[in-house]
Amino acid sequence: MSRWIEKNLKWVFPAPAVIFIVVMMAFPILYTAWISLTEWSMSAVTPAKFIGLENYINLLGKDHRFWMSVWRTFYFTGLALVGETLIGLVLAVMLNRDFPGKNLLKTLFLLPMVATPVAIGMVWLLMFEPTIGYLNHFLKSLHLPQSLWLASEGSALASLVLVDIWQWTPMMALIILAGLVSMPSDPFEAAEVDGASAWQTFWHVTLPMLRPTIGMAVILRSIDALKTFDIIYSMTQGGPNYATETLNLYGYNLGFGYFQMGAASSLLMIFFAIVMGVVIFMNWARKGALS
Amino acid sequence: MNPRKKVHPALNVLYVVGLVLFFVAFMFPFAWMIISSFKTQSEILTMPPKWIFTPTFKNYVEVFEGQDFLMYMLNSFVIAVGATLAALVLGLPAAYAIARRRLPSLGFTILVARIVPGITFLIPWFMIFSRLKMVDTMPALILAHMLVTMPFVVWVMIPFFEGIPNDLIDAARVDGCTEQYAFLRVVLPISGPGIITGSIMAFVFSWNNFMFSMILSGVHTKTLPVAIFNFLSYSEVNWGGLMAASVIITLPVLVLALMTQKYIVRGLTAGAVKG
Repeated sequence: MSRWIEKNLKWVFPAPAVIFIVVMMAFPILYTAWISLTEWSMSAVTPAKFIGLENYINLLGKDHRFWMSVWRTFYFTGLALVGETLIGLVLAVMLNRDFPGKNLLKTLFLLPMVATPVAIGMVWLLMFEPTIGYLNHFLKSLHLPQSLWLASEGSALASLVLVDIWQWTPMMALIILAGLVSMPSDPFEAAEVDGASAWQTFWHVTLPMLRPTIGMAVILRSIDALKTFDIIYSMTQGGPNYATETLNLYGYNLGFGYFQMGAASSLLMIFFAIVMGVVIFMNWARKGALS
Repeated sequence: MNPRKKVHPALNVLYVVGLVLFFVAFMFPFAWMIISSFKTQSEILTMPPKWIFTPTFKNYVEVFEGQDFLMYMLNSFVIAVGATLAALVLGLPAAYAIARRRLPSLGFTILVARIVPGITFLIPWFMIFSRLKMVDTMPALILAHMLVTMPFVVWVMIPFFEGIPNDLIDAARVDGCTEQYAFLRVVLPISGPGIITGSIMAFVFSWNNFMFSMILSGVHTKTLPVAIFNFLSYSEVNWGGLMAASVIITLPVLVLALMTQKYIVRGLTAGAVKG
């Protein structure tokens, strides 16, 4: 028996995980794909009615709310990634130097990303509050114009981006820092011999060598940013007036708010394709940049 | 690696100021959460804020008396531990096989699990669990949370198992033991750091999970993130209670993170940096 297991280790070891993947992932995705071709309100009495691609046609062709949510998803992800990469790079360079208390500081920077997003959302909700929130008070004390933050359609999504940047910039910084620390010292010595300024060294030596690390970090982060749910749902539920409704939120609202399971499923299939497409595109761009 | 150059003193000042600003910006929400949790509603509603006030524990008392918070904590804990242990049992052998027997397609499938939006699974799960009368039961929630924890454990462990020298396993096999025995007795004991990293992160992800719990939990299995969110539905927001509840839910994760920071850094940066 044990010899048989050893001979077939390749199959035996992953078997439980594979069964889990088939039952809990592969089958549900196929089921969602099937539901996306039907009209169904989750009722046990009226079964799902096959309507072909109608849900897709409705979403892609007629649904303004869908296209707005696509735009918001990319707006949110793009803005958050630019902010996180730039600030993360600055923070990483600053942390790549010895000073007393550095390890403690690095540890504290971990906290925003491990803290429970819903709880974090509640704290920011209080800070964003236009009249009693600390942020407006802070702006006022600096004689800067105040904002309505989440209460206004114009600023709500950008406010949520701010929370995402707060949460995830430290992760960017720590990944970039790990890349900085693992760099060989020869190119830096060569640059010094050549009399390069600190800025030249950073621009022509450090940054090119960091590119693979940053590229990978951006891909990982964008997968999660596109799917951001907890922060948005707990703070705005997609409002005010749909101003923060990203694809994930719209899918949730269609499915578990209006119980339009068919439409929700077709949206989720499109959403899945978009995330997959972004990952493939970014991976392709990263490889192109390396060669 | 870091060329030491003479730095202008003004730059040094700028550097320190910059670090302090970063520190304040990233720590402020935590400080605000803790401070507000000890204030009365009227103190919270006062702007400019009072920095000196008599702390009240009323909010914390209210949270535990008004809702069954102890039960929600226990639920969150049981589900997180269950989802982590199950992820290890399924994920460790799978990661070992992927790392040592070159199964790229399985590795890719597990990566896809990270990419698929979670709600895609929720509609079928909700239906199936409803039919099996499993909504609002621990097994349903643990299974759902495993979707997050299991791929993560595999993701962290593959490079670990790849790094184990072949000689070590071969030596054990020369001594006459099977590979699965070598896996249990040789490979797992030296993989401690990887297993700890994977477990801590899996626990944190499960503890923090909101979406799956919101749909699949009910009166008996409500977890902390769902309970906190329910606070909002009252007509006037009880900010003090909300902040106290937020402290209660984040404190365990924050303490865990502070105690195990070196593992967490490894877990969060896994896959992005080679080595």
